[in-house]
Amino acid sequence: MDAPGLKQYEALSVEAAAVRRYETMWQRLHRSWSVRLGGTALVLLVIIALAAPWLGTVDPSLFDAGSRDLLPGKVGEITTLEGDSLQHKFLMGSDSFGRDIYSRVIYGTRVSLIVGILTALVALAFGIALGLTAGYLRWLDGILMRVMDGVMAIPAILIAIALVALWGASLSTVIVAIAVPEIPRVTRLVRSLVLTIREEPYVEAAIALGTPTLKIMFGHILPNTIAPLIVQGTFICANGILIEAILSFLGVGLPPDIPTWGNIMAEGRVQFIEFPHNVFFPGIFLAVTVLAVNILGDGLRDTLDPKMAKRV
Amino acid sequence: MYTFLARRLLATIPVLLIVAVLVFLMLRLTPGDPAAILAGDAANTEQIERIRESLGLNRPILVQFGIWFGNLLSGDLGESFYYKQKVTALIGQRLEPTISLAALTTLFAVLVSVPLGVLAAWRFGGWFDRALMGFSVMGFSVPVFVLAYLLIWFVSLQLGWLPVQGYHRLADGFWLYLKHLLLPAFTLSIIYVALIARVTRASVLEALGEDYIRTARAKGLPELRVLVRHALANAAVPIVTVIGIGVALLIGGVVVTESVYAIPGLGRLTVDAVLARDFPTIQGVILFFSFAYVLINLLVDLSYVFLDPRIRY
Repeated sequence: MDAPGLKQYEALSVEAAAVRRYETMWQRLHRSWSVRLGGTALVLLVIIALAAPWLGTVDPSLFDAGSRDLLPGKVGEITTLEGDSLQHKFLMGSDSFGRDIYSRVIYGTRVSLIVGILTALVALAFGIALGLTAGYLRWLDGILMRVMDGVMAIPAILIAIALVALWGASLSTVIVAIAVPEIPRVTRLVRSLVLTIREEPYVEAAIALGTPTLKIMFGHILPNTIAPLIVQGTFICANGILIEAILSFLGVGLPPDIPTWGNIMAEGRVQFIEFPHNVFFPGIFLAVTVLAVNILGDGLRDTLDPKMAKRV
Repeated sequence: MYTFLARRLLATIPVLLIVAVLVFLMLRLTPGDPAAILAGDAANTEQIERIRESLGLNRPILVQFGIWFGNLLSGDLGESFYYKQKVTALIGQRLEPTISLAALTTLFAVLVSVPLGVLAAWRFGGWFDRALMGFSVMGFSVPVFVLAYLLIWFVSLQLGWLPVQGYHRLADGFWLYLKHLLLPAFTLSIIYVALIARVTRASVLEALGEDYIRTARAKGLPELRVLVRHALANAAVPIVTVIGIGVALLIGGVVVTESVYAIPGLGRLTVDAVLARDFPTIQGVILFFSFAYVLINLLVDLSYVFLDPRIRY
């Protein structure tokens, strides 16, 4: 055997030694402390959201004129829907209507998680469809990507604010309005992945075998984009929760009767100087939730998508 | 060089055009009668008709766009429903607070984040690096208004160092002006610091792995000079790029920050316009912010020529 051939084998063996040990995706995820930390916090929040009625809460819309502006930990009365007076401990105090902040914050977890998850799903669905189209139908690529550039040139929060103002605020309009400015980023990601993957030999083989275009797009290309998309989806979820809170806080988001963290803070800001707890408790929940999702996203990026991790 | 300049300038025109079309279509593609949406729930038919007439909503959509775009080119953004003033005049009045806030924030963010990022890259993997990365995730996660209230509560209410809210013009005296801007600018800069520090660290880290760094160290240059003159200078392009991209974050933050600190700027105008359903003003502000964003990034692109002599267009 000649020398260059030997060198080739040496290179191979070095590479094999570097792999050391085969780990499944699940094992690698489990080893990452950010995935564990963010994941655990998120699971706890999901449990809180699901178990809200059994966590010592009352109906978040109940109020009592006698229990207005109570400090955290005070006991007061609250009127049930049937008109009975109920002794209730206001763990996080009450607002200026006499509603229980604790119950509102706990129920607010539901709204935030739903908005975050659905925003990510909507943005991913549209982004995948547009990205596959742009990456696969080359004649559409130019115009589609220019439109995406245009959307990206408008600051995200302004698009969301304007769309909610036009469509009127409800859960579905808020979700779509927050998702719209995220779509171009997903589209770009999917498009660039498609452009790389479509050059792979197995795609060429599929084309040569006469596989229908749609089947190549969804059967051969899409499955290989899943890891980066999960990572992207996590960050969109965190951002969606943040923007929903900002919209509610500014008074242009979900109607004030829905207990969202942003709404609680918007009502509390008027008397922030005397009663800062109305702003701080929902604020802490909001910050911790977004932090948990972001930490999870960082961990997922490092384990699922190491190429992206190197970029930033 | 000049052909590049011309080409780069020309390339921004389609983007601006698409932004204009999108902003125009936002209202027209909304399900239902746009005139009725604009007039609000309490309006009668006569008011709705007047709005339809004044916006030309009863004409074909291409004609509408032609009229609207013609006005836009001549610098006319229409008249506000709520303030009964030209939108351009409204924007002009609100410009000073917003530009002051944005400029002070950017200045502070760059001065703080770049040294932090360089230091983290220099001591890669050490406690400072890990602390900065932790802070950066926090910076992206703590909502700007939560941070704002925390700072108001601590700095203004507990310590009494700075005013709680409000704004004073530069003409009222520099110290008064600055005093009211310090806390908002600090609040707004946190997310920007997180973003820039992260990218600075990554790109300086990459530069530090290059052969010329080893050479510079081998010939006995002081470490500070190696870091600044060799590593940072070569990492400048991605850093400046992210400062430009971060302007989008800054604009989003301005809307919230001005609201919390009661600063009468463009961000506040946006929220007020939305609450009053004043659509010409909303359109005008969105166009203004987007154009500013595109133009700032154009300047960033042009700055590459000075930052990296290898780039010759």
